[in-house]
Amino acid sequence: MRASVIVFPGSNCDRDIKVALEAVLGGKVNMVWHGEAEVPASDVIVLPGGFSYGDYLRCGAMAAQAPIMRDVIAKAKAGTPVLGICNGFQVLTETQLLPGVLMRNASLKFVCRDVHLKVEQTDTPFSRAYTKGQVVRMPIAHHDGNYFTDADTLARLEGEGRVVFRYVDAKGERTAAANPNGALADIAGICSENRRIVGLMPHPERLYEPMLGGIDGRGMIESLLAAA
Amino acid sequence: MKALIKVTLKNGVLDPQGKAIEGALAGLGVGGVESVRQGKLFEIALAETDAGKAKEQVERMCRGLLANMVIENYSYEISE
Repeated sequence: MRASVIVFPGSNCDRDIKVALEAVLGGKVNMVWHGEAEVPASDVIVLPGGFSYGDYLRCGAMAAQAPIMRDVIAKAKAGTPVLGICNGFQVLTETQLLPGVLMRNASLKFVCRDVHLKVEQTDTPFSRAYTKGQVVRMPIAHHDGNYFTDADTLARLEGEGRVVFRYVDAKGERTAAANPNGALADIAGICSENRRIVGLMPHPERLYEPMLGGIDGRGMIESLLAAA
Repeated sequence: MKALIKVTLKNGVLDPQGKAIEGALAGLGVGGVESVRQGKLFEIALAETDAGKAKEQVERMCRGLLANMVIENYSYEISE
């Protein structure tokens, strides 16, 4: 499996996802600088977490305009699976590869803790290794994870089954306390119409091997191996 | 030419930072503040000298980068 990770100035979770991808998929991962014109031929492209461009203007806004994104968008539209983690999810919404926007957390606080997610869709390249309805634990660390979109888009996302991950408590229930940032409809992660582009705020790469305290995030990478 | 661009949140979009500022103004002892919404101001110097072309450039900048059209509105003034 050929994986590429895009590195923007200010990305800081690129090495973590690289290590996780290499461990689970085997093989080398391309680290692709934002100034490059092309991404090497890849079976998966990852936009990592971090603070690209210092979150200046808006999180992910300037990264969305980086030279490499023209090719990322072209490859995404041609069907290459793309995963956006945290800042990567923000970049995906700013490019409109995914709808909506990630706003400042409703509490105004930077939230850094474990959350529980319900895996609601298992037909994406990043969720096939889970079972539908499975409750998993993953860490979050963000200031701007408050997902928002208009009522029509929300209805479309729900109607088309494009909410992939939702904040729940450990028992799988949706409660106010289980939602760490005020995100609309407790949305933690969504997918594109072609279901091959997924963005989520939590960090699967931080929980992919036992030494990290859990392996709930590993399934997101293993899913690529199970992809049809 | 010069462009003065204002970017503001659409009505109905949650603005917790505006709320926090509202609270802080009360702490200052300034009464009667009914609401606060926070926005952004951009001052852009353009080489373009034609007003029509400058307007096109500003529109592209607003829609393409300066404002997130999902949650923000923009307005601008262009002057010499």
